Amino acid sequence: MTNRYTRRTAIGLGAGALAAAALSREGLAQAIPRQDVQAPRLPIESGAQLRVIRPARFVEPDEVIFRENAQKFSQQFNVPVRVDFVGWEDIRPQTAVTANTGTGPDVVLGWADDPHIYADKLIELSDVAEYLGRRYGGWMFLAEKYGKRHATNNWIGIPFGGTTGPIVYRISAVREAGFQSIPDDLGEFLRLCQALKRLNKPAGFALGNAVGDGNGFANWMTWAHGAYLVDEEGKIAINSRQTLDALNYVKELYQTFVPGTLSWLDPSNNRAYAAQECWLTANGISLYYALKNDPNTRAIAEDTDHAPLPKGRVDQPPQSATILNAMVFRHTRFPNAAKAFIQFMMESEQYDPWLTGCLGYWSHSLRNYSRSAVWDSDPKLGPYRNGMNHPFWSGYKGPITAASGTVNSEYIMVQMYASVASGQATPEQAVREAERRARRIYR
Amino acid sequence: MSVTAAPSWSRARQEPGWLARVFDSKPFLIVACLFPAVGLLMVFLTYPLGLGIWLAFTDTRIGRSGQWVGLENFEYLMGDPTFWTAVFYSVFYTAVATVGKFALGLWLALLLNNHLPFKSLIRAIILLPWIVPTVLSAIAFWWIYDPQFSIISYVFVDVLGLRDRYFDFLGSAWPARFSLIAANIWRGIPFVAICLLAGLQTISPSLYEAALLDGATPWQRFTRITVPLLMPILAIVMTFSIIFTFTDFQLVYAITRGGPVNSTHLMATLAFQRGIAGQELAEGAAIAVAMIPFLVFATLFSYFALARRKWQQGESND
Repeated sequence: MTNRYTRRTAIGLGAGALAAAALSREGLAQAIPRQDVQAPRLPIESGAQLRVIRPARFVEPDEVIFRENAQKFSQQFNVPVRVDFVGWEDIRPQTAVTANTGTGPDVVLGWADDPHIYADKLIELSDVAEYLGRRYGGWMFLAEKYGKRHATNNWIGIPFGGTTGPIVYRISAVREAGFQSIPDDLGEFLRLCQALKRLNKPAGFALGNAVGDGNGFANWMTWAHGAYLVDEEGKIAINSRQTLDALNYVKELYQTFVPGTLSWLDPSNNRAYAAQECWLTANGISLYYALKNDPNTRAIAEDTDHAPLPKGRVDQPPQSATILNAMVFRHTRFPNAAKAFIQFMMESEQYDPWLTGCLGYWSHSLRNYSRSAVWDSDPKLGPYRNGMNHPFWSGYKGPITAASGTVNSEYIMVQMYASVASGQATPEQAVREAERRARRIYR
Repeated sequence: MSVTAAPSWSRARQEPGWLARVFDSKPFLIVACLFPAVGLLMVFLTYPLGLGIWLAFTDTRIGRSGQWVGLENFEYLMGDPTFWTAVFYSVFYTAVATVGKFALGLWLALLLNNHLPFKSLIRAIILLPWIVPTVLSAIAFWWIYDPQFSIISYVFVDVLGLRDRYFDFLGSAWPARFSLIAANIWRGIPFVAICLLAGLQTISPSLYEAALLDGATPWQRFTRITVPLLMPILAIVMTFSIIFTFTDFQLVYAITRGGPVNSTHLMATLAFQRGIAGQELAEGAAIAVAMIPFLVFATLFSYFALARRKWQQGESND
C-alpha cells in the first residue's frame, strides 16, 4: 500500500505538514477517490448567514485550516459564516443551552453523544450523510454508530472525525526489553511492562481523574477482558467474571507503572513522556506532534512509535474515539445553508487539507480518506488511520445516551481501577461500587 | 421692613408640583430607594438560590428539564460514600486549614507589627499569595506536587540525596489531602495576617507601657492585652476565612479534580463534578444545598459571637 503512493509521499510531508498542505492542496484533493453522485438539492435561503461553534483546537492547523475552509464556503455560497471555538469543557453546556432555549448557533460541532441527547430537536441529516457515504466509500463504523439515531437509519449527526489514544512507546526501550513490537496478548503485555520497569524505563497510564486518558485506559482494560458496562438493552452488566479478571490484571500491571499515575490528569502523561520519565503510554497524536515540532525533543519523536491497544480477548483493538459530531438544530432559520456547510466541509477539497494539516489528529470518518496522503506521510501514524473504525464506543454495548457520557465524566470506570490499584478496595468491592454508581446514572 | 416683607414672602410661596409632593412622601421614598437594592438582590441572589434549592428536589439533567422527585436526591446522597467522604473532607479541610492559617497568620501579624526596615514594602509583598489569582497559584502547586517534576522531590532526592524515591504527594488519600491543605494555608495566611495586623495597630501602645511598668512578662502582655483586644476582629476574620475555605473550589479542582479515587473532593467540587461535568444538575444542586446548613452555622456563630459584648470588651463588661 505504502509503495503505491510514494510519489505523493514525496510531495508530501517531508517539508512539514502545514506547508505541504498549503502548497499541494489541489493535488492532494485529487488523490481521494470519489464517486460522482447526485448531491442533494439544497437551495440556500436568501440572506442566509451561519454561526458555527466547535471545540477549541488542540493542534494549531486544526483552527487555521478549519477557518480557511469556512471562509471558502462564505465566498462560494455568499453566506457569511462565523466560527467560534469553545473550550472543550464548555461546549457541552453551550449545546445544552442552545437546545433548551431554541436560539444560538446554527451548526454545532459537539461531542459524540450530543445529537443523541437532543435527537428530537435536530434536523435530520440523512440526505447529506447518504450522499457523502456514497461519494466517499461509506462511513467508518463509529461514524455510523454515532451519526444514526439508535436502531434507525436516520442520521442526526455528521461525525467529522475522532481522536483516539493508541499505545505510544519508545522503540529503543521496547527493544531493550526484548520485544520487537507491542504484543496483543495481555500476559505478554504485562511481561513487557515488567521488563520496562526493571530497565527503569517504566510504562504509565493515567489512573487519576483524567477525562480522556483515564477513561481510555479503563475502557481498554474492560473491553480487552471481554467485559462491558452495559448490555445491548442498556442494562448494567459490569459485575462480571471478566471485569474481575480485568481488575486483577490492572492490580499487577499497576506495579510496573511510573510512580504517581493515580494523580495523573490528562496532560501528565504527555509531560512525563516528553521528560523521558515514562517510556510507554497511551495518547492521541498530539504528543508525537508536539515532540516532532520541538527541536529539543525531535530525537524522542524519532525513537517513538505507535501501536494499537493490545486486543486481549477480543479481536479488534478495544478502543473508542472522542468524536466531533456536527448537528443542526430545528431552530435555525437557514437549514439548507447549514446542511450545505457541513457537506462542503466534508468534501475532499476541504476535508483532506484539514485532515492532513492536523497530521491525523482527527481520524477521518469517511472510508476513502484512508487514502489521504497524511496517513502515508509518516508510517508512525498507522494506528490512527483506523481510529474511527473500532467496533467499541463509550457505553459499549448499550445504546448511545446521555448516561454513557456521564459515566465518563464521573470517572466511574477509572475510579474502579484506581481503587483496586491503590489497594483501597478489593476487586469485588470496586466492581460493586461501580455497579451501584452506574445504576444510578442509567436509571 | 419685616412688616412689609412678610406678606410678599408668603405670596411668593407656590403650591409644590406633584413631582415634588411625590418626592416628599416618605412611603414613596422608601420604596424608591429600596427598589434598586431589593431588585438586585432578588435577581442575582434570591432567584439563583431559590432555583438551586428547587433543582435539588427535581431530577433535572443538563439538556432535560426535570420533574419534582421530593427528597430522592438527598436519599441517594445519604447512601453515597463519595458524598460522605466529601462532607468529611470539607469539614476537615476547613478545620485544619483555618487553624493553620490563624496560627501562622497571627504569628506573621505580630512579626510585622514590630518596627522593621522597609515595613510597608514587606507588608505589600506578604499580600502576594492572596493577590495572585487562585488558579495560577493552584497550577504552581500542581507542579510542586507533580509526581515526576516536583521541586521538593528534586531537592530531596537529586540535590540533598536524603531519599531515593520521589515524593508521591497526590497519589494516595492522606498525603493528597494534606498537600491541598498546605496549599490552602499558604494562600490564606496573608488575608489573616493583614487583617490581624490592622487589629493589632488599633491597640493603644499606652496599654503595653502600663503593663511593662507593672512588670508583665511578654507572654502576659500577649494573653492579657493583645488577645482580648484582638477578639472582635478575630471573630470577623475567622468567619470569613471559614466560609472561604469551606467553599473553596479552584485549588482542589486544578490540582487533583477530587482524586485519587474521590478522596479529596470538597462539597463544592463534588457539586460541580456531578452537576456540570456529569450533567446531573439536580444532584449537583442537592450537594450545594447540603452545604447551606454548614454555612448558616458559620454565619450564626459569627453573628452571636459578635453580638456578645463579653467577647468584644472583656470578661467583666456585661
